[in-house]
Amino acid sequence: MNPDLSKLDITIAVTGLKTGDNPQPGVPVIRSIRAAGFTGRIVGLIYDSMESGIYLDDLVDQVYQMPYPSAGADAFLTRLDHIMAQTPLDVIVPTLDSEVILYIRLAEELKRRGINTFLPTEECFLLRDKTKLESFFTPQGIQVPKTILLTSVSQLNNLHEEIGYPCFIKGRYYEAAKAANWDEAAKHFYDIQARWGLPLLAQQIVPGEEYNIVIVGDGEGDTIGMVPQKKLVITDKGKGFGGVVVKSPSLDEFARKIISILKWRGPCELEIIRGFDGVFYLIEINPRFPAWVRLAEGSGQNQPAAVVLKALGQEVDKLPECKTGTMFVRHAEDIIADISVMGEVSAKSELIRR
Amino acid sequence: MNTEKLSNLAMNDNGFIFDPESGYSYTANETGIFILKRMANGMQRQEIFEELSEIYDVSEDNFNSDYAHYMLMLEALDLIDFEGGTLESGLE
Repeated sequence: MNPDLSKLDITIAVTGLKTGDNPQPGVPVIRSIRAAGFTGRIVGLIYDSMESGIYLDDLVDQVYQMPYPSAGADAFLTRLDHIMAQTPLDVIVPTLDSEVILYIRLAEELKRRGINTFLPTEECFLLRDKTKLESFFTPQGIQVPKTILLTSVSQLNNLHEEIGYPCFIKGRYYEAAKAANWDEAAKHFYDIQARWGLPLLAQQIVPGEEYNIVIVGDGEGDTIGMVPQKKLVITDKGKGFGGVVVKSPSLDEFARKIISILKWRGPCELEIIRGFDGVFYLIEINPRFPAWVRLAEGSGQNQPAAVVLKALGQEVDKLPECKTGTMFVRHAEDIIADISVMGEVSAKSELIRR
Repeated sequence: MNTEKLSNLAMNDNGFIFDPESGYSYTANETGIFILKRMANGMQRQEIFEELSEIYDVSEDNFNSDYAHYMLMLEALDLIDFEGGTLESGLE
């Protein structure tokens, strides 16, 4: 049975309200929480006054701007205490890669303030880091494309021997670009380094079919929910703007094995390739819901609602089987608002709608 | 010829076919769906021809030629498998 949040009178905060060409998961997470009957208060925690979800009338009741995770724990907690003095938060669902580690490390501080989360342990979180994926998982029978940690452009000189071209040059958190030779690899190296810093990664390209799976792990090696999709529409940035729920017992088994090894707690997204050699390869584990998480709710598994209840320490049954063949297509629309809304967020770093 | 994958396909009468395992979808015409549905139910070429020829005016030679072409397409799409054999052996 799916979680029913209709009797929950609490305040839930969600991060990542930007949609657009590189959408964040906050808006669909909130939509799913509302779809579970939640009528309490929802607070959007933002980093930028142009996060589009701020401007939707019916999405969040309040908005607060947060310091970037790089500002550190003190700045984060100071801001959080300011927010708590006005609006006590009961649950936070972080949805951005770069902030999750901060929420994990501050879990005790948050708990003392009455804020609940449902996240993995720090050890577990670090094991799925792109830089460790190959060394940790390969010995356990999970194939991972050959990956090299790049801390200097000079390392590209050996790339043709170590993994060969074409390959991917990836940022540690965000962005990946395909390089067909040294020149392209160097260009991508400098481009991505300028945006996201070092280290970067070079990763072997495995020819095959890509699948993405959204999962909520129970922290003991099992899953509460699991929905696999095949992307149907891919943008020039590699983002899935359409997809369909698939059913493949061998893919499910591969994903379950990963979660069981990690004992993952909370939401995550697995990126997997079924190689043309028939072997499954683990490409990435994203430590949060993906932007396409509404497909989980639409196919019968309200995973964001389950995470809210688990954060509150409640028992949640395994979610129902998802409906194969359920699809989504992402649709962009213009939001019309008065400039004063942006003015309020920019000047006061907060917006109180209700 | 291994046609096991066909039994997992979702097919509707409009000719839309969805493979739930790979996520791929295809379209087929009326006779294409007619044949595929029967193959998914385990019917062999001769039985399919007999049923098809009751509805459509088609000679066995024409049917065999189109059927062989169709099987090659399905094999290329990885929906059937000649199991190491040739098209001819797969058609037997």
